[in-house]
Amino acid sequence: MSLTLPEGRARASLLMAAPWVFFVALILLWELVCQVFSLPEYVLPAPTAIVDAFFKVEMSRWFTHLWATLRVALMGFAVSILVAIPIAIAMMRSELLSRTLYPLLVVIQSTPVVAVAPLIIVLMGSDDPSRVLITSLLTFFPLVVSTATGINETPSELIELSRSLDAPLRRETWQIRIPYAIPHIFSGLRVAITLAIIGAVVAEFVAAEEGLGYFIQFSTSFFRIPQAFAGLFFLAVVSLLLFKSVQWTQQLFFPWSLPRKGH
Amino acid sequence: MTEPATNRSFVRLSGVGHRYDPDPGVPPAVTGIDLDIRRHEFVAVVGPSGCGKSTLLRMIAGLLTPSEGEVSVLGLPVTGPRDDVGIVFQKPTLLPWLTVRKNVLFPLKHKYGRYGKDDEKRADELLAMAGLEGFASKMPDELSGGMQQRVGIVRALLLNPDILLMDEPFSALDAMTREQIGFDLLKIWHENPKTVLFITHSIAEAALLADRVLVMSKRPGTVLEVMDVDLPRPRTTRTISEPRFGQLTDRLRKHIYEPDAA
Repeated sequence: MSLTLPEGRARASLLMAAPWVFFVALILLWELVCQVFSLPEYVLPAPTAIVDAFFKVEMSRWFTHLWATLRVALMGFAVSILVAIPIAIAMMRSELLSRTLYPLLVVIQSTPVVAVAPLIIVLMGSDDPSRVLITSLLTFFPLVVSTATGINETPSELIELSRSLDAPLRRETWQIRIPYAIPHIFSGLRVAITLAIIGAVVAEFVAAEEGLGYFIQFSTSFFRIPQAFAGLFFLAVVSLLLFKSVQWTQQLFFPWSLPRKGH
Repeated sequence: MTEPATNRSFVRLSGVGHRYDPDPGVPPAVTGIDLDIRRHEFVAVVGPSGCGKSTLLRMIAGLLTPSEGEVSVLGLPVTGPRDDVGIVFQKPTLLPWLTVRKNVLFPLKHKYGRYGKDDEKRADELLAMAGLEGFASKMPDELSGGMQQRVGIVRALLLNPDILLMDEPFSALDAMTREQIGFDLLKIWHENPKTVLFITHSIAEAALLADRVLVMSKRPGTVLEVMDVDLPRPRTTRTISEPRFGQLTDRLRKHIYEPDAA
């Protein structure tokens, strides 16, 4: 049996609806499994129980936790942008610097942040700065790599054009290389923003009094499993919205950097 | 300053060569090139892939220092990038985030950091001359390949260079677009005379456009033959059907395919 798609508008709306229908079906199936097998809440809570748990928690508490996580994630994200892009540019300019820094970057990247996080907390205390550091350790590597890749993929003809005009190096960087890297920088940003949420949650798992990660951990330790699931879904939605806002930013400010549709 | 006589050398290459690999066992990319280009002459360079045509162009542009011999313009040796040279590349290499007009103005923006109203007017005039009026505010990816390359040519003309260096500029275009843009280039060249060095893979294109055709050998690239193209100007589609055109292209073909017999 094969799934054949109808033509034209019907096809477009089917393609639009398909993921939603699938998602709803999945939730219904989950609900059904929980009801039919009468699974206890502390093993796998039904979606209805999770929704219930979500509304039992006061909105102001949700916002306190959301703000704690969002604050750390966004600060870590911002710090890593401010660090990664200049590092990538500097590494492009100087082979010596590139050779010197690259191994260190790889070491940082390949060390599991989860393992380093407790040490950072011990070293710097369990406040925002150490959580921001944990987050940016996770996010800055993909940004360095994507920015550096973009900068190096600038067509050599444009660099020759710049040299033939005897233009200052800073204009070559700002008017040619960095704009050329924009599509790559954005793919790095999309990866980095989801990692930022992970980083913030990891930091909260180690030591925190608030935040969605803390909320999930604390709910689990009190066997409030539906509440933990509610926190998890909330976190997933926030993460998705952040990912989308990176895409929207690109669409709004750099529409040329997106592949043109209908070509 | 007095205008140099047209029969005097404008660009001179004397014994020019370049090697990328310092190992003497590896042949140089090009070697022993002697060539005098007159002011406002259109010289085409043909030769097999990898014969160092682009290397030659880059040495004239001052982007590459010859490892033997010397390139000079009006008797002064070329020691670095010069601002009286415009370059057109194989790909249009327009900046995708700038409109067509801003792409044309890019050399000014890039060299001096700014441009004025007069420059914008000049950009629009050049675009109109290249048949691109009404496209100034479009983005490059809204243009066809041929139109993009026209923008690339207009960009190279912005600073009104004496020398126009073209590195296989039409090789990415389809055959019909290619012929049309070739005739348009001749029109532009008649209206704004420049000294042109035009690199191409196409024998017919070289003979149709140029005053002289330089035939280069396989690596290491040397000059096999410099052929005068004595076809009358202006050249049109009719030129292609003239018997003289056939004779010239045949001779060029012989040089390229049977260099020893010729």
